[in-house]
Amino acid sequence: MLGKDMTFHSILSVGKNEDTKAETLEAPIFFVDLNLDQVIDAITASRQDYDLKPFFYTPLRDAEIIRYRHEVMRDLEDDRLMGYVKAFAEKMIRVRRYLALAEKSDFDYHKKGWFLEAALVYCEAVTNLAHDLSLADLKSRGFLALREYVTDYSHSRRFQTLKAEAQKVRGNLSEVRYCVIIQEGTVKVRKYEGEADYSPEVEKTFEKFKQGVVKDYRVKLPEVSGMNHIEAQILNFVAKLYPEQFAALHQFCAQHDRFVDETIRTFDREIQFYVAYLEHIRSIKQAGLAFCYPQIATMNKDVYGYESFDIALAWKRINGNAPIVCNDFYLQEPERILIVSGPNQGGKTTFARTFGQLHYLASLGCPVPGRQARLFLFDQIFTHFEKEEDIRNLRGKLEDDLMRIHDILSRATPNSLLILNEVFASTTLKDAVFLSKEIMTQVTTLDLLCVWVTFIDEIASFSEKTVSMVSTVLPENPAVRTFKIIRRPADGLAYALSIAEKHRLTYQRIKERIQL
Amino acid sequence: MKVLLMHRERDFNPKQSLPPNVAALIQDLELNTLLQTMAQGDEFLFNVAKQAVLSSLHDLGDIRYRQDVLNDCLRHPDVVRQIYQIPIEAKNNLHRSWMGIFTSYPTGILSGAREMLEMFVGLLKVLKRIADEHAEEFESEGFRRFFAMIQQELDDDYFAVIEEHLKELKFRGGVLLSAELGKGNEGANYVLRRTNHDNRNWIKRIFARKSPVYSFTLHPRDEAGARALGELRDRGINLVASTVAQSADHIDNFLKTLQRELAFYIGCLNLAEQLAQIGESVSMPELAVAGERQHSFTGLYDVCLALTMKGKVVGNDVNADDKDLVVITGANQGGKSTFLRSIGLAQLMMQCGMFVPAESFCANICPSLFTHYKREEDASMKSGKFDEELSRMSNIVDALTPNSMILFNESFAATNDREGSEIARQIVSALLEKRIKVFFVTHLYEFAHGIYDQRIGDALFLRAERQADGNRTFRLKEGEPLETSYGEDLYYRIFG
Repeated sequence: MLGKDMTFHSILSVGKNEDTKAETLEAPIFFVDLNLDQVIDAITASRQDYDLKPFFYTPLRDAEIIRYRHEVMRDLEDDRLMGYVKAFAEKMIRVRRYLALAEKSDFDYHKKGWFLEAALVYCEAVTNLAHDLSLADLKSRGFLALREYVTDYSHSRRFQTLKAEAQKVRGNLSEVRYCVIIQEGTVKVRKYEGEADYSPEVEKTFEKFKQGVVKDYRVKLPEVSGMNHIEAQILNFVAKLYPEQFAALHQFCAQHDRFVDETIRTFDREIQFYVAYLEHIRSIKQAGLAFCYPQIATMNKDVYGYESFDIALAWKRINGNAPIVCNDFYLQEPERILIVSGPNQGGKTTFARTFGQLHYLASLGCPVPGRQARLFLFDQIFTHFEKEEDIRNLRGKLEDDLMRIHDILSRATPNSLLILNEVFASTTLKDAVFLSKEIMTQVTTLDLLCVWVTFIDEIASFSEKTVSMVSTVLPENPAVRTFKIIRRPADGLAYALSIAEKHRLTYQRIKERIQL
Repeated sequence: MKVLLMHRERDFNPKQSLPPNVAALIQDLELNTLLQTMAQGDEFLFNVAKQAVLSSLHDLGDIRYRQDVLNDCLRHPDVVRQIYQIPIEAKNNLHRSWMGIFTSYPTGILSGAREMLEMFVGLLKVLKRIADEHAEEFESEGFRRFFAMIQQELDDDYFAVIEEHLKELKFRGGVLLSAELGKGNEGANYVLRRTNHDNRNWIKRIFARKSPVYSFTLHPRDEAGARALGELRDRGINLVASTVAQSADHIDNFLKTLQRELAFYIGCLNLAEQLAQIGESVSMPELAVAGERQHSFTGLYDVCLALTMKGKVVGNDVNADDKDLVVITGANQGGKSTFLRSIGLAQLMMQCGMFVPAESFCANICPSLFTHYKREEDASMKSGKFDEELSRMSNIVDALTPNSMILFNESFAATNDREGSEIARQIVSALLEKRIKVFFVTHLYEFAHGIYDQRIGDALFLRAERQADGNRTFRLKEGEPLETSYGEDLYYRIFG
């Protein structure tokens, strides 16, 4: 817990390591195949302003930073701390909004009014955060360092002066009361002189008829902040009626030009990485699915994921109240390659994606879909998925496939991850078997961790490194998919026949049905 | 201001949810015939009548309160119909002039609502005049309280205050708003103020006024400015516009309440008039508390049958005082169902404060009334008929409380006589022990005679009369169940 450098720099990364501050602007190339683009879009959708995607596009290579993030994430799983952080974030959003209003306005008293408001909310945000963190039960290095930083800052003279002056200026302005008299295009402004509120008098007169609650006829007048020239003119008159209050405002603005602390500003953005992810998985958890903090494997390649699932599919399904099927996988020395075969639409592609997603999410320092997991800290992920629309051009497609796979194998290292989905589906079976075996040899030689979805049974028992997994159907009705992928030798059962039987389309049934 | 003509202490709620057995009651007792006569084609009257008839009162005092108001109505139908006309006229005026007048701008809301208030005030004056002229003629507690309230609340001073507000709300002297500085120094908390008139607090004003006044006038071509100023004015009068509109709503609701509270009595007047036309008489029933067992009457007829036939129908005289169980047996089409229906209808009418279709009638009230009639086979029903019957019975048992009343009509006959009788015997025995009052029309001889022989409960046995020539009088008489009571006639007619 006692790191060498306890000074707070970033909630995303330990120490002042410049490498880890790198932000990737483009999504990794495998994102689309693994549906991670959908996942990250969904996670960041309601937080566009924070520009969080670069964080999610940058996998970590250092297990130490992953642990640092796990600690922060675990702390933040506490609802109370999450509440504190959200309250802080909401206030900071308001600070930015008010500053933008000040920026935009054409009228001096109006500009300064919003600037003052922004400063007040900022002071509240920082003061509350310092107070809240002092109550929180923190264990992570990240939050502990943050607490120290915020506590020091909130007690600093710079901050205390800002706060005291802002409150004083606002207090004086709040006491201003004035009257506006509107008649036929003429406006008069003067101080308020104790005139009675008229509405209650009307209300009292007719109250005796009241039988119960009635509709509120107050029109929802747009409460957009902003000022037109009439209001600006009135405000100018008010400033003349109350000169001292407005002089104090001028002075405040001149003295506190840039009041937001840089480290606070950075924290406000970076913490949203965690908040966004936890928010996203919370609704999935509520549907009964588990997430876990994976063990990170750096040396040996034993990996597993129990009750794992496709996080993109889960997100869609829970919004449609549809069930999600979880699957288990493991690879034990010397196993490296999961060969997935079985009936179509049986969840094979989903399974392959799950394997990739788990590894990628683990590399971000996030909890992953599943009850328990151990995942390999890869250097690169390569995917190659069959795409239906490409079947148009067979010759070109096969060539492209081979080029692409060649490229992958030339760049892959023993620490890379490979996910292949129905490659060579568009060539002859004989070709496909041949090519698959050739590629398999190279994959084996490279010692890659790999998931390979294929219809070619022959490669399922290629070597001691390959493990065969099969998508399954209900024994009593083979037309029903279970979406369970289990370890089992590829048996090449005639699933298609059973489905034809169900639809009364077998040879015998069609003869029976067609009678002359 | 509460109208309180239906209940002594609360408003009549025409939307109160009705117990689940009402669908069966409406069907089995042919209630729609009664309700349609009360409504005379008016949907509102129909709904109120339905609600009132089906939400029985359980307190003798509450029922008598309504009986008294109804007696006043029967004595002064013209005055009551005149009062009922006031909310009707308000409704018609609203339909004619205020459909969609409420715009989305406070200025529009204010002027529309102000005019509506003027219209209502005119009608309230009519109500006040009727009260002044006729209050003395009414005797019931309900009407006396109502008229006294009108005379007290709507006096001349009150009308004068209203007129002053209606004038001031035109804002001839400009709109005076107070305001504070909100976020960004934007004007906030606009409150409409009543101008301090010169004749009020003038000394205070002289000392208080130190404030300079700054003013500006819009350039005639500054359209954006005019719009902005209009918006500011709207902001200022938003609340008072809403208050005026709500005040109009209050009066509107008061008149609607008046309509709701009178509608039931208007329905009763309609029914009384229709029955008088066909020569049938009605009477106010005498009430007994739920724990007693009283049921005695003369000339009790099926009001729905009379309304359908548009003529006088046979009535029955029965004394079932101190009886828990009335078993009705006898000839087919001998008036058993009609009799059972007249029992149910009279009970409902009595318990909502109405008169009953009889020369005289006295019964104990019951917390709830259930009907269990044999049903036609339902094609969509998966369960068998007997199963269905028992399922309905089970639902009734779920809802029963002591002293409730159940009317059985040929129940449990969807199996053979022996099984049906045994089921019926077991059910009825249990019900009687639980202090449920039972009327049972049945062909189940073993059941009926078994009760007769074993003297289960304090039972009264009625038989549909059949004369020696096979003709029926549709009148019921006391008599033990006969085994040859049913089917014989039918047998001969068919196998003749």
